[in-house]
Amino acid sequence: MILTWLILIPFIGGLLSWQTERIGSRAPRWIALLSMLGLFGLALKLWLQHDYSLTGVGSGQSKWVEEFQVDWIPHFGISFHLGLDGLSMLMILLSAFLGVMAVICSWTEVTKKVGFFHLNLLWILGAVVGVFLALDLFLFFFFWEMMLIPMYFLVALWGHSAPGGLGRVQAATKFFIYTQSSGLLMLLAIVGLVIVNYSASGVISFDYAVLLETKLAPGMEWVLMLGFFIAFAVKFPIVPFHGWLPDTHTQAPTAGSVDLAGILLKTAAYGMMRFAIPLFPNASVELAPIAMWLGVVGIIYGALVAYAQTDIKRLIAYTSISHMGFVLIGIYSFNAIALQGVVVQMIAHGISAAGLFIMSGQLYERLHTREMSQMGGFYARMRVLPPVAMFFAAASLGLPGLGNFVGEFLILLGTFKVSLPITLFATSGLVLGAAYSLIMVQRTLHGAPQDATPIRDLGWRELGMMLTLMAILVWLGLYPQPILDTSAAVMAGVQQAVAQAAHLSAGLPIAH
Amino acid sequence: MTFTVQQFQALLPLVITCATSVLVMLSIAWRRHHAFNTLVCMLGLNAALVSVYFAAQVGPQAVTPLFIVDGYSLFFTGLILAAGLASVTLINTYIDSFKYNREEMYLLMTIATAGGIVMASAHHFASLFIGLELLSVSLFGLVGYSFHRPRALEAAIKYLVLSATASAVLLFGIALIYSQFGSLAFSEIGPQLHEDARPIVLIGLAMLLIGLAFKLSLAPFHLWTPDVYEGAPAPVGAFLATAAKVAVFAVTVRFLLLEAIGALQIPAIFHTLAAIAIASILVGNLLALRQNNIKRILGYSSIAHFGYLLVLLLTGGPVFGVEGFAAYLTIYVVTSLSSFGVVTLMSKCGQDRDADQLHDLRGLFWRRPYLATLMTVSLLSLGGIPLTAGFIGKFYVIVAAMTFQSSWGWAMLAAIVAGSAVGIYFYLRVMVNLYLAKPGMHKFEAQLGWGQHTSGLMVLCASALVVYIGVYPETLMQLVQIAKAAGVQ
Repeated sequence: MILTWLILIPFIGGLLSWQTERIGSRAPRWIALLSMLGLFGLALKLWLQHDYSLTGVGSGQSKWVEEFQVDWIPHFGISFHLGLDGLSMLMILLSAFLGVMAVICSWTEVTKKVGFFHLNLLWILGAVVGVFLALDLFLFFFFWEMMLIPMYFLVALWGHSAPGGLGRVQAATKFFIYTQSSGLLMLLAIVGLVIVNYSASGVISFDYAVLLETKLAPGMEWVLMLGFFIAFAVKFPIVPFHGWLPDTHTQAPTAGSVDLAGILLKTAAYGMMRFAIPLFPNASVELAPIAMWLGVVGIIYGALVAYAQTDIKRLIAYTSISHMGFVLIGIYSFNAIALQGVVVQMIAHGISAAGLFIMSGQLYERLHTREMSQMGGFYARMRVLPPVAMFFAAASLGLPGLGNFVGEFLILLGTFKVSLPITLFATSGLVLGAAYSLIMVQRTLHGAPQDATPIRDLGWRELGMMLTLMAILVWLGLYPQPILDTSAAVMAGVQQAVAQAAHLSAGLPIAH
Repeated sequence: MTFTVQQFQALLPLVITCATSVLVMLSIAWRRHHAFNTLVCMLGLNAALVSVYFAAQVGPQAVTPLFIVDGYSLFFTGLILAAGLASVTLINTYIDSFKYNREEMYLLMTIATAGGIVMASAHHFASLFIGLELLSVSLFGLVGYSFHRPRALEAAIKYLVLSATASAVLLFGIALIYSQFGSLAFSEIGPQLHEDARPIVLIGLAMLLIGLAFKLSLAPFHLWTPDVYEGAPAPVGAFLATAAKVAVFAVTVRFLLLEAIGALQIPAIFHTLAAIAIASILVGNLLALRQNNIKRILGYSSIAHFGYLLVLLLTGGPVFGVEGFAAYLTIYVVTSLSSFGVVTLMSKCGQDRDADQLHDLRGLFWRRPYLATLMTVSLLSLGGIPLTAGFIGKFYVIVAAMTFQSSWGWAMLAAIVAGSAVGIYFYLRVMVNLYLAKPGMHKFEAQLGWGQHTSGLMVLCASALVVYIGVYPETLMQLVQIAKAAGVQ
């Protein structure tokens, strides 16, 4: 039941903050903040309470720390089935934490229709938590699509229409169509999988554990796997499918960007590890080289395009593509170390991207522009913001001692054993990362100031938010062990599922 | 032949509806009192709806060779009555400001509903044709009812000419089939169709299907739809989109899936219908892209939705097909009632047009938040987004087409995916208008207390149902077993 509350808290909180708008504009903010803190507290309690070393996605022997199941649509064998293991726990912690940040960072930025804004913000969170918990494929798809609508509103109604770019409504529509139509392919794949399972076993079921046992013909497995892969590829985003990301990020309000980069992109990586790979291990093994090269393309392309941007938020958006390239390589290397790196990288990127987006939001609030040609010389005009910006830029380029370094290092280390050329090309991402991070620092912080008047510096709220994010990045960089311990069992399960498939296809006995 | 009590009981919904139309006519003749006439009409239709329950008690009954009253026909009778009742409810407040005679609208409405019920229970080409004409002829009057608007007259004439042509084609088709089999009963023609597909029979069948496809506004017989939807008063649009379409589709499915399943096994017929389904999905969705009139958009959207339904009919087979079809139609009815309902609540019959331009809805959320929420829900449902009923309908279609596993099945699936992606664009375009900054002046405004009127309540219930079915579809899935059970017998 506690899992249901994890989903319900944001939904109820959202409704309350929508309705309390009539009391005043402060009430929705406080209610949203309290419900996000409540969600985070509940997640933290679950994390500290349980031992996550025993869980795994392995075939048949999956153990969930917490599980909840009631019938939902028995006519189609669909149930409301939630389950929590180490991976979903970490993702929920990240989502809840960034949810708190998203509420705080829009405290002064959003001034119109405050209640409705927080309704959307919280509903995104609720749907995302649902995605991370769902163990029924129909339910998963349900939540997967549910997060689109509030995100659409967030961008379309509270976004900025940047000059030269698409308008905010067009950007939101683009986002919606990309993700919805790719999601439809996933629905087709889900239904196809269920039908194959039904014709073999005579049981209609959308349940994860049941479908894991489905025996698929190789051609069918490929087709169904592609349905999942394309849906995740769009959300990831993997490079040929990334068209929506820069536009959506540029037009989205800060809180929207934080949610998008910090959480929504992670649902795709989570979906790959939870569903695409364990359900279709053979096809995934065959896809792996292609996927990893796509990851390399993403790393390099994202970095190069980021370097060329003049809009600071667009720059950060492209760095997300680059960072998520590492995650993709790590996932499809099927190496235990790399998979562990993926988890750290996802969390670290979530936090550092959130930090950068919040920073660009703060700059926008002060300067009303995101053009870097209008910035420069901030060291002379502000006291606190420049070092903070410097810190997040350093985190983004993968400075040792901060979380991103741990993630990227583990991924590269694990991939090294799998494929040398891929590792070599991926490593160039670190160099290019330094290039785009430093050009951003140079254009905004250094150089001659545009004019000498000082800019209002960070207030306590903003500074506190930044310090928290920084502290977590340092903690991840210095002592990532608790994270690794939590996810180890799940990642081992993923790896095991794939290893069995690889051995079977090579005709080798299964190694234990 | 003798008429047993059971048969009479089975026919109760139709009898009560016909009696209501007579009563409404008499009450108008006695005195033109808007509220009283409405009351008569509503009571009658409600009684007919209740009588569906009693009709169900006597089990499947063949009443004369013309009608069969079974679970299938009763399910759709109920749906048509509910849709008719909802449209009458919408008319009530809408027509208050109409300067001319208002009461005949109820008369036409009840006659049309009776026609729909006849079709839902038709088991014979004669009853099919009688039902269709009862429905169509009263619709001519209804579409042009607000005759002070030029658009309405245009729509009525257009509908009259094209619909009459379609009826003629349909009648010719029936005649050709009769010439070969010497019978008009579905049950006698059905089994022979497959074995004996002579060219004349094929031509007859094709003409029959063309006539039906016209009434269902499937591409390429859709040309009248947007114009008629635009010109007709909004509540009539609601009736046209729901009750009228349900009736025609119910009889089509009864003929093609339950009685003459062999017809679908004739390759020429199947290929043509599959092509029509794909064309409807694509045409409906693509043509809606550049429209600025909500009623037109809903018209194009209905073309696309009936394309999806045709896919369900072609791929689902008599068991799953009937179940999915009943569920999809119910969902479509509820969704259309709620979307047309919102437009109706914004409009008055006395004005020179309805509040159907996109800019009329602009900023509605900031003036009437709940009304805008209802519209949002129904638009999302039309787009097939989860959490709303439309998604469940789309789910049925996808399951049917996936199970079919043939090249036509894949082609239709591809059309569904492409159509949905395009469709989302224009549904979102309408939806975001509701939330944009409000313009300084607006011509149309729903009354402040819209939620306290019966019509407001009806729209509210329809939208609530859309969400309820979307979140917990099990209830609906159990309900449609009524229709399905009859289908398999």
